[in-house]
Amino acid sequence: MARRRPPLQAERDTTIDSVCFLLAQLGAVVLSLLASLGRIGLFLGQSVGLIFVPPLKIRRVMRQVQFIGARSLLVIALTGLFAGMVLGLQGYYTLTRFGSEAYLGPAVALSLITELGPVLSALMVTGRAGSAIAAEIGIMRITEQIDALEVMALNPVRYLVVPNIVAGILALPLLGALFSTIGIYGGYLVGVQLLGVNSGTYFGNMKDFVDLTDVRNGLYKSLVFGVLITFLCCFKGYHTGYGAEGVSKATTEAVVWSSVAILVLDYFLNSVLL
Amino acid sequence: MAEMPLIQVRGLYKRFGRQEVFKGVSLDIMPGEILAVVGRSGTGKSVFLKHLIGLIQPDRGQILVAGQDIHRGSSRHLAQVRERFGMLFQGGALFDSLTVEDNIAFPLQEKTRMSAHEIHVAVAEILKDVGLEGVEDKLPDQLSGGMRKRVALARALVLHPEIVLFDEPTTGLDPILVQSIQRLIADTQAHFHYTAVIVSHDIPKIFEIATRVAMLHEGVILEMDTAARFQCSSNPAVQQFIAGRLEGPLTPT
Repeated sequence: MARRRPPLQAERDTTIDSVCFLLAQLGAVVLSLLASLGRIGLFLGQSVGLIFVPPLKIRRVMRQVQFIGARSLLVIALTGLFAGMVLGLQGYYTLTRFGSEAYLGPAVALSLITELGPVLSALMVTGRAGSAIAAEIGIMRITEQIDALEVMALNPVRYLVVPNIVAGILALPLLGALFSTIGIYGGYLVGVQLLGVNSGTYFGNMKDFVDLTDVRNGLYKSLVFGVLITFLCCFKGYHTGYGAEGVSKATTEAVVWSSVAILVLDYFLNSVLL
Repeated sequence: MAEMPLIQVRGLYKRFGRQEVFKGVSLDIMPGEILAVVGRSGTGKSVFLKHLIGLIQPDRGQILVAGQDIHRGSSRHLAQVRERFGMLFQGGALFDSLTVEDNIAFPLQEKTRMSAHEIHVAVAEILKDVGLEGVEDKLPDQLSGGMRKRVALARALVLHPEIVLFDEPTTGLDPILVQSIQRLIADTQAHFHYTAVIVSHDIPKIFEIATRVAMLHEGVILEMDTAARFQCSSNPAVQQFIAGRLEGPLTPT
């Protein structure tokens, strides 16, 4: 029987080199990930910390509340209405199978208040305002406007990031609540006006089954999403790459990261709050 | 007794990835002088300016402003040092969502306790100093390149800084505007007595206003002298650079 030839020194060296190369690559990925997480952590710490250190730039906060909140009203109202109408329609046909269409009101309300209102409104705000925030800050970075603030011995985070986060904290719970309210009305339009569920049953059961805790949990979620979206979009814009391509990449990443983070965090918030 | 330098750069090293930008840059900047920093594109002239004001941290070396190391100490210390500086960025770096008046008023609103009326008067005055009037309500995008540079200069000067850094103040302007911006720098410097560091490509026009000229090349200061002596330098690389010749020790890349 032929014996296997022991590997030559050169072959052993090549194998060791390949393993070392793979380990180095893995190490580089882990280190870069840790560095990114560290940067995010420090930026978050600084941004949230500065909310509590005066002076708060009230005029910029008001401007951002108008931009994130007031200018999202139409899109929130529209999506809220249709989300509620779909819930009314789907809920009615599902509940009819169990003969429980009387519970359409609470089903629509609970879905909206605890889940769809906060999540969908946050996703809509990400698409409408988050991308614009990332692009605006990104352009300020590449045109050296952020450097100009630093040169004036002013902290750019205080001027550009903090007002957005405060505006997110103020606007998102209100937008989420509006989404849910209009959604409940949408469910009423389809369930009661179109499909014939009794109006008193729709609203009466809602009062019995929807607890104040549900409303509170929905608001908590919106609050967290408000911080999350505004922070991530500011972070991506602030650390944009070079040129127009850098800003477009930062904007896309801001929207993708925020959308994914909303859904992931939603799960964890549910586990804690429910 | 010899006058103490206002800014001292000591053994500055900086590397971006594999590119070594500075390999031991050292120079002194005296109070009240206009130092022109020249050199080929990509030699790190703008990076050098950003080091002076602490926008970029050096890998090694010191930058002392009035004897104090700007990179050693808290961010508050750096902020205090920056209050002595004004900077004119290459593209102006005007806040594009604010009008000309708001742009120039911004440092006054944030750094002083002046009333709205006093700020309005100060803005009008500085705009007059830079030869621009009647543009207060315009947005930066509505201005020409030369006007933007003037507004940016007005914003850099409005707090009367001790040191003003100019990052290519005349790049992209026509020859008459180049002359007018350079005249403006010389006039405002004579008026406000600031120390100026100018990164420029405008050879030989920059020699007209510079007190001294430093040439950055391959990560070090290749030559530094008064403007008159710099132009007569025996260094073939300096001569090739000034004359803009293709033949010589500097190879076109």
